Amino acid sequence: MAVAFDEMRAANGQVRTAYLVLSDWLKRVPPDVLDYRRREAETIFRRMGITFAVYGETDATERLIPFDIIPRILTAKEWAFLARGLTQRVKALNAYIHDVYTKREILRAGKVPEDLVYQNPVFRPEMNGKPVPHNSYLQIAGIDVVRTGEDQFYVLEDNTRVPSGVSYMLENREIMLRLFPELFARHAVAPVENYTDDLLATLKSVAPLNAPGDPTVVLLTPGIFNSAYFEHSFLADKMGVELVEGRDLFVKSNVVYMRTTEGPKRVDVIYRRVDDDFLDPLFFRPDSVLGVPGLMSAYHAGQVTIANAVGTGVADDKAVYSYMPEIIKFYLGEEPILSNVPTWRCREPEHLKEVLARLPELVVKEVHGSGGYGMLVGPAADKKTIELFRAKLMREPEGFIAQPTLSLSTCPTFVKNGVAPRHVDLRPFVLNGRDRVRIMPGGLTRVALNEGSLVVNSSQGGGTKDTWVLDR
Amino acid sequence: MLSRTAANLYWLSRSMERAECLARILDATNRLTSLPQTGGEITNEWESAIATAACADAFRINYEQANEQTVTEFLAFSPYNPSSIRNCLETARQNARAVRTALTVEMWDAINGAWHELKSFEGKRLSRDDFSRFLTFVKQASLAYDGSAYRTMLRNDGYWFSRLGILIERADATARILDVKYHVLLPKKEPVGGQVDYFQWASILRSVSALTSYYWVYKESVKPWLVADLLILNHQMPRSLASCYENLSRYLDDLAQFYGRQGNSQRLARTMLTKLSNTSMEEIFQKGLHEFIQSFIAENNGLGNAITEQYLT
Repeated sequence: MAVAFDEMRAANGQVRTAYLVLSDWLKRVPPDVLDYRRREAETIFRRMGITFAVYGETDATERLIPFDIIPRILTAKEWAFLARGLTQRVKALNAYIHDVYTKREILRAGKVPEDLVYQNPVFRPEMNGKPVPHNSYLQIAGIDVVRTGEDQFYVLEDNTRVPSGVSYMLENREIMLRLFPELFARHAVAPVENYTDDLLATLKSVAPLNAPGDPTVVLLTPGIFNSAYFEHSFLADKMGVELVEGRDLFVKSNVVYMRTTEGPKRVDVIYRRVDDDFLDPLFFRPDSVLGVPGLMSAYHAGQVTIANAVGTGVADDKAVYSYMPEIIKFYLGEEPILSNVPTWRCREPEHLKEVLARLPELVVKEVHGSGGYGMLVGPAADKKTIELFRAKLMREPEGFIAQPTLSLSTCPTFVKNGVAPRHVDLRPFVLNGRDRVRIMPGGLTRVALNEGSLVVNSSQGGGTKDTWVLDR
Repeated sequence: MLSRTAANLYWLSRSMERAECLARILDATNRLTSLPQTGGEITNEWESAIATAACADAFRINYEQANEQTVTEFLAFSPYNPSSIRNCLETARQNARAVRTALTVEMWDAINGAWHELKSFEGKRLSRDDFSRFLTFVKQASLAYDGSAYRTMLRNDGYWFSRLGILIERADATARILDVKYHVLLPKKEPVGGQVDYFQWASILRSVSALTSYYWVYKESVKPWLVADLLILNHQMPRSLASCYENLSRYLDDLAQFYGRQGNSQRLARTMLTKLSNTSMEEIFQKGLHEFIQSFIAENNGLGNAITEQYLT
């Protein structure tokens, strides 16, 4: 594989402009100071209780996601480009979801195959022809972006269900401000602290038409045993809205209420962090105790907004992803600003044939997979694993897509032996309100801490970094 | 605020208070059993500990005999006793996690710290010394929680609900401690019990940290009816029923004012407070102390239910 693009040091050895001050600082700061600050950061994280639970671990161990203290820096120009591309992408995704549940023009035009919608396990027939407030389906999206060169950015996947991680973006910044005030003094870093204000404004903007001028927003969590519970309580707290569980809500005459010490209080917008399946036991899984019986009826009656809307999963699987360029052109009449990674759809015999022939050099992903599980990284895999995937692909080709192994960019990272380059990706968080699209400059940078590794997921040895977008 | 949040604050505080009450009961029992027995009377202090903790039925299901080992295990560490000290601390932490952002850092540290320290005592055979250290730890944990809530919480509905939990639980515990010995509580003119009774009464006072207060208030040796007076009617005594209701009534009124609406729980608390303020020990003894306490426990439960119905569901 070619040498990866390093975001600090260009191929000719020159430090890239955005990193000049940081590089200079890194040269002068003694390694034990860095190590001391790293440990300090860990202590603060623990005290603030920023931990995540790992499924399957019965012990009450609450783990920390490793945090790297060296920031990743993007210039204002790079960010402006990304922001334009992300805005375009989210608008197209919303239009696609709306079309899928109403007129299905894109299917009739033959741009996307029908079975991608109808055979999709997260397609919700319950949403067919049902109005949603302001035709707004996708309010909160996490669009994963990778970089391979000076001007080469690719979207890796679109997360349109209940994307998480934004609390890490906010806490990482908080910690960096505490640890390195002198670095901030020497950079003009665009702030991200107002994310929760923007989130609240976005949620209020999509309230049902008959909601009062200042609609009541709540955050619906599955509860304290959910691995992202910390984030749920963090966001609710910062927005100043109630963090509710299913049992705190009830529906009467198609209106949703929460139980408060002052009696029932009407709820207008639900930012749910509960999957579709568990939202309403009368419509979906009858054994769900996380949901609210009757919620879907209230939703269909237009009395409450659920954000993201029910059924947005139809836009986030990896097979649909491969049609994104067509989807953008179809709804917006524009050329896509951000590129897709070239993708082979194994469901198509021609593609499958090519994939099978080039398996050792490709990345193979499950169409509905997430979290870095169930994935083949050809160049890093042994023969046995490759053959295992070959068998899987032949048995169920429609369950997989394949992509070339991208050489993700690297950033300087503080590891055991000092500062060394490690591969990174970026998850910007895009808020799509009725009034406008809001994007915090930056996002969550995830870093693969093991040398050479391309897997950035926290469940598999990944850490995070603060992401700086320079104002000028 | 959400009813569930209020309920968590309320039950979290009740659990911490209950853990402390149990520790006090066990402490008093330990002390009694280490006294020399006089008069050849056979007493089973461990039976009475179970009765005081109001879990005799659950105990019988799990054990045949009440002795130091079984009672200690059941009241302190048993996972099968929903109200064991261990389970109280566990419940408190679960409630606290569910409402983490409604707590101050200090409150969370007190609860979380107690839960972690509990583990260092669990699952081993404790010597009497170790056990006594354990009881001290439980009392301190409850004091730390109570103190941090008192000193760091905003004075709003969340604070009031946490106080209501403590006070309902405390009134219940005081009443039960008294009731266990009701049969030896006799009016002044009747002959007083022997040496054993004296120690039992002194130990009851000790178990609620009130022996010194008793001497300050009454300036005479320990008499059963004066003990009852101190624990039922004396407003200065923070664990007395009168003091608990004075505060219950106050916090419920604060809530009513805050929400601009009052209900059944305000009425019930006020009625009980009036009753406790307008009665004397003579009247209580005439009607029967046991009957008085039994009806108090029922009415106190009634107030708990009224609070639940009015605010927590």
